[in-house]
Amino acid sequence: MMENSPKKYWKGIEELTNDIDFVKNAQNEFAEPLPKHEPNSENNRRDFLKLMGFSVAAVSLAACEAPVKYSIPFLNKPENLDPSIPNFYASTFFEGGDFSSILVKTREGRPIKIEGNNLSPINKGKTSAKVQASVLGLYDDTRFKGFMANNKAGKMETIDEEIKKALSSASNIRILSSTIISPSTEAVIKEFAKKYTSAKLVQYDAPAVSAHGILQANKDSFGIEAIPSYDFSKAKVIVSFGADFLGTWLSSTEYATQYGQTRKIGKDKKEMSRHYQFETRLSLTGANADYRGAVKPSQEALAVVALYNKLNGGGKLEGVSAKVEEILEKASKELQEAQGASLVVSGSNDPNVQIVVNAINNKLGNYGTTIDINTPCYIRKGNDDAVNSLIDEISNGSVDTVIFYGVNPVYDHPRGKDLKGALAKVNTKISFALSPDETSTLCTYVCPDTHFLESWNDAMPKKGIYTLAQPTITPIFKTRSAQESLLMWADAKTTNFHDFIKGYWNANVFKMQTKFKGFANFWTSVLHDGQFLTNAVATAVVVENNEEDKKEDKKVEVKAEIKEEKKDTKPRVAGKFGSDTNKAVGEIGSKFKTAGFELSTYQTQAIGNGSQANNPWLQEMPDPITKACWGNYASISQKTAKAKEIKEGSVVKVSAKGMSFELPVLIQPGQADDTVVIAVGYGREVVGQAGKIDGKAIGVNVFPLAIDVVEGVSIAKTDKYEEVAQTQTHHTIMGRDIIQEATLSEYVKKPNAGRSYVHISSPDGDKKPSEVTLWKGHKYPNHSWSMVIDLNSCIGCGACTVACQAENNVSVVGKNEVLMRREMHWIRIDRYYSSAEDAKTWGEMEEASANPEVTFMPLMCQHCNSAPCETVCPVLATTHSTEGLNQMTYNRCIGTRYCANNCPYKVRRFNWFHYAEDDRFTTVNYSQTNDLGKMVLNPDVTVRSRGVMEKCSMCIQRIQAGKLTAKKEKRHVKDGEVITACAQACPTDAITFGDMNDLNSQIAKTLDIKKNIKKGHHGQEDEIEYAISEPRAYQLLEEINVKPQVSYLTKIRNKDKEKGKDDKKANHGGEHH
Amino acid sequence: MNIWSMFSQKKFRNSLHLWLWLLIFSWGTVVYAQDTLKKDAPANPATAGVDLEKGKSLWEGNCTSCHGLTDEVVVGPGMKGILERRSIEWLIPWVKNSQAVIKSGDKYAVELFNKYNKAVMTSFAFKDDEIKAIFAYVDKASKEVNVVVPPKETGTGTNQALSQQANGGSFNILLGILVITLVLVFAVLALMLSMVGKLLHQKENELAPEDREIVNQKFQPFSIFQNPAVLGGIALLFVLVSLKAGLDGLTNIGVQQGYAPKQPIAFSHKLHAGQYEIDCGYCHTGVYKNKNATIPSANICMNCHNAIKQASPEIKKIYRAIEKDQPIEWVRVHNLPDLAYFNHAQHTNVAGLACEKCHGEIKEMEVVQQRAPLTMGWCINCHRETVVDHAKDNKYYDRLMESHTKNSGKPMTVENIGGLECSKCHY
Repeated sequence: MMENSPKKYWKGIEELTNDIDFVKNAQNEFAEPLPKHEPNSENNRRDFLKLMGFSVAAVSLAACEAPVKYSIPFLNKPENLDPSIPNFYASTFFEGGDFSSILVKTREGRPIKIEGNNLSPINKGKTSAKVQASVLGLYDDTRFKGFMANNKAGKMETIDEEIKKALSSASNIRILSSTIISPSTEAVIKEFAKKYTSAKLVQYDAPAVSAHGILQANKDSFGIEAIPSYDFSKAKVIVSFGADFLGTWLSSTEYATQYGQTRKIGKDKKEMSRHYQFETRLSLTGANADYRGAVKPSQEALAVVALYNKLNGGGKLEGVSAKVEEILEKASKELQEAQGASLVVSGSNDPNVQIVVNAINNKLGNYGTTIDINTPCYIRKGNDDAVNSLIDEISNGSVDTVIFYGVNPVYDHPRGKDLKGALAKVNTKISFALSPDETSTLCTYVCPDTHFLESWNDAMPKKGIYTLAQPTITPIFKTRSAQESLLMWADAKTTNFHDFIKGYWNANVFKMQTKFKGFANFWTSVLHDGQFLTNAVATAVVVENNEEDKKEDKKVEVKAEIKEEKKDTKPRVAGKFGSDTNKAVGEIGSKFKTAGFELSTYQTQAIGNGSQANNPWLQEMPDPITKACWGNYASISQKTAKAKEIKEGSVVKVSAKGMSFELPVLIQPGQADDTVVIAVGYGREVVGQAGKIDGKAIGVNVFPLAIDVVEGVSIAKTDKYEEVAQTQTHHTIMGRDIIQEATLSEYVKKPNAGRSYVHISSPDGDKKPSEVTLWKGHKYPNHSWSMVIDLNSCIGCGACTVACQAENNVSVVGKNEVLMRREMHWIRIDRYYSSAEDAKTWGEMEEASANPEVTFMPLMCQHCNSAPCETVCPVLATTHSTEGLNQMTYNRCIGTRYCANNCPYKVRRFNWFHYAEDDRFTTVNYSQTNDLGKMVLNPDVTVRSRGVMEKCSMCIQRIQAGKLTAKKEKRHVKDGEVITACAQACPTDAITFGDMNDLNSQIAKTLDIKKNIKKGHHGQEDEIEYAISEPRAYQLLEEINVKPQVSYLTKIRNKDKEKGKDDKKANHGGEHH
Repeated sequence: MNIWSMFSQKKFRNSLHLWLWLLIFSWGTVVYAQDTLKKDAPANPATAGVDLEKGKSLWEGNCTSCHGLTDEVVVGPGMKGILERRSIEWLIPWVKNSQAVIKSGDKYAVELFNKYNKAVMTSFAFKDDEIKAIFAYVDKASKEVNVVVPPKETGTGTNQALSQQANGGSFNILLGILVITLVLVFAVLALMLSMVGKLLHQKENELAPEDREIVNQKFQPFSIFQNPAVLGGIALLFVLVSLKAGLDGLTNIGVQQGYAPKQPIAFSHKLHAGQYEIDCGYCHTGVYKNKNATIPSANICMNCHNAIKQASPEIKKIYRAIEKDQPIEWVRVHNLPDLAYFNHAQHTNVAGLACEKCHGEIKEMEVVQQRAPLTMGWCINCHRETVVDHAKDNKYYDRLMESHTKNSGKPMTVENIGGLECSKCHY
């Protein structure tokens, strides 16, 4: 007897449309047919027996002589380097526009894992999937192994000489770099420009990463060409026009941590932010919005204007459904009510749109509260206009030397093709690329930069925040940091960048503090913390020496001007806004015209601008929404697909702006009709092996279409078919109450709103499932490790998946295996669509699916207390511990897969192949197969073999390490000392891990755990019971009474409407509470 | 007839006495053999009259860090035959202040000083008597050392062999005694049987017919094998034994108990850990804090050997490694499979186990040998038996202790606190 939620959830389009294949397979136990025998193999049972007999004999023979193993110690053991004890080094990650202050975990001198730096005011100890995966890039065997001249290996010294000669005869040098946030690097470039006076720096961010619009708008509005500091945590109403601020927009990890705070609710905080999103595709951010309107790309801009008009007395967004208009109207009203505590952002790269956004925020009084323009954020400095004029310059042959630093414009600039042709006119082209890319192969010289984990660096991501990056390993290949190359060519006094940074900090940063008297102590402290925070900012002034000085000595004095910031002064506010909004509105109107069929591009959570395309962890990371990996696809809405008679997986020919290409279709609920959306970052032609499938580029490069307005878009069906590799479509939810949710107002009335309580009929009447049990249960005298996942703050970003992969040596299986549903991730994030409307039948949901609600549910082994897997294992390979864990013992497992079949959550993963040794996986699984790649493996975790089951262990190696530390120090384990990789990475703290027996722990507080002592009768011992009393907490599939150790907190949406049926459900819940 | 009366027969008593004497005599031999090994070598008459004990304590307290009793150079020259080389009159001022002797222009002293790279010997403010005592002891001891310890390092292995032989010898003697006892018991039984037979034959007429049949029965030793039950039993036994042997053989695959590979440098634990009592943690720096005990890096060897025994060919291997920048490739003795996680710190630091518990009498080993089987059964067995003593003064175990004492009267073993759970070692 189960109370079914009136809401229906579905996992994929085929479930909703009752696709014939889906219906056929839905009832099948296995998603894929069982492999009866290996292809191309004619082995039969007799052969097997013969082989077995032989191998037994062989093993006994082989065992006669044990292989000799060596134990090779250091010659001179470095201090503080103890084998098996990890060292953590504070450093800085800045790549592809992502900034994170990080801690690098090294084992025996090898960086193996990246974690967030808790001291950082920006990412607050959290990281994105890209940061987690970046450590694998260090061990990428396709990196340049040394300097190159004309695509041939060359000697560093000879190439230096040649470059110096070329530079001194050059008359027009350009350095095209990605955004430089390192003050020391800027000083290096100034030094370089002093020697080569024609050198000019142009900073460039690839489209979809670029914030050109915001920078120009802020220059226009406030005279500050920078991104302001946004504070989403202070915003009660958030309106975003296509800005994927939780996923990929600017400093998204920072925004996600802030946003997460506004979505946390509990006993003492019963309010949360309200989030409106207007966008074309269903983005990660849109999926988390309370109200969402699907609009076409052109309307994203026009909607901003419409909102501006509404705030100024009225206006209407043309060409959208009544519903979207209604939501916009509602947003406008609520923004006005929440003046000074709201935030409007737009993902547009058009300066005029951003000016209007500034005007809106200005009108709402958000400057000084949620937006701080006086603490600029420097992580985007790219100027699209400057890059365009550079390409023009190159095309007309007026540039004779170009240095490419951290950029790949031939691939990722919309005019990349033009640039490729024009580069022939440039005499000397120098690239600092780490591994071969589309631009570096065209260059005369490649002087490979060191990986960020091998280099010294510093950064100023925001005014007043200085961070340091330090090497955690000596350079693996014969590479040299770009800064050192520039210093070398500039004949600088020091060519050691470490010394240069120290010199810079001594002259500029050291002065900003009073805590340390000596620089050495200051430096050590900053190096330890990874950062230095000040409310003063240094404006480095390289004092121009007069002519005579120059002749004598090239000594450069670096002086600092410190502008002390008074804390009380209010940041520049409303009055100072100086843009002509009307002019901007006019220009938007003439630029953005709604067309019949529109195209938009975006960067995905994992691949971003494509610079980490050779990172298989990122390639295999499922997109948060589409759950697709290994390639891009053309997503269209259900209605569009129907109109054009296109099915999921059909290959379509997309034509736009004079180019056309073919891509498979993915039908995306929630996407605006008559649009096609494609991800950039794919279609890398020159990339390492993992970035290709069968030697061909993965997906199609759509950077040429990554512009504000794409004209002449059309799609046409072809008769080809190509399946998109998705990790979720294959198991159905079967109408169970897996997602339990309520609206905020319901929650305020009843904390257990949305909870569904299950009852089992028994001879003694209805009972809770837990009261009808055959099992005695387990006792956890010391620890009871557990996890609680707040569905409300989980934004579905996937950082946990990659963090887990890095921590637990999870294999990468590649596209073909993903298509066979054999991905190995231990933690997956299930994404459920649901209707905002009430639908009684599957058919009724179709209408609603045009704009579904989305819920993300991270799912890993639930560590059931009455685990169904444990009872069916014939060899006791999976057993229960006295600390609440379901243990998986690989060396005992014989691969019957009974456990996986009996697991109600389908979280067990089977090793169909020996991924670490099988030739078929050498390209995609290079973290386990390649000698260099193997260096990333966590030495504390076994690499699993073929025929073995595996699953989440709750990072048992971390638990054991934490316990050992506590034992050595003769104390209890402190809360927060042991934390799983997923919980550590989670930007919104949606995952809390801890010991439920420790009543002071965060998890015990979150679950409101009460310690009950059951008096034992008839001389029996008293029994201590730890009971969860948080009304929002529930366990998945309570009706089958497997008693998971993992709990979930109900999803609460900040929606106004109360659903009649939900009321009833809430009442029902109340009775039993 | 009273069968016991037969024991009183003289013949029988004699043989028994003989047997007992044999036993006592052989025991005496064992004791004597061991005594001879321990017996002191005769004292040197030339050093009579001084306090040898005092000399020994002064020698051990002041001199041994630089000088050895053999002719081998440790830091300074070896002391073997010192009194033959130099007179005690020369030695006394040298020990008191060697620099003064050198300055005085003594030829031998200057040569010695130059030979040892002008390393200054520490001056000692001993009295003449004390110096005499030291050299008397040194003279005596160096001669003894040469008897017991072979001078060359490479030969030290025989010492171990000697002691092993001694152990094995006493065991063999015991075994021999047992065998002889058994043979004698058989003989006595056969004797008794024949005597009882004779007796019964004499009185055959008095016996009942059934008994007579038994008495006259001819013993057919192999008739027993015609019995199918016996045959079946033997076949079963054979199968069981061979099965057991087969399974034991299989389970022993990969078990390297007794593995004692030759190491690139003939490092002696017996010397370092045994004789010099260097703490295990001094070289195996990780043993109390890491998972691995760690093989010492060459720089740890150099802490002492930059001065001690520089000339030894084995020590020179360390120098060579450092010069060539090539680490020493020690052969790993204790190989746990990758699937098993073992952490030294947990066992040494937290549980306070002695290294010998798993590594055997390492202080006696010239060449390190794997003493424990390192099988899972061996691990588990120890976890079953070992009482968690250290839990009393380690706060971490509070809750476990409380819960255990509440539910059980027995001492808390590792098993009781989850020491047999899979994920303690396999993940």
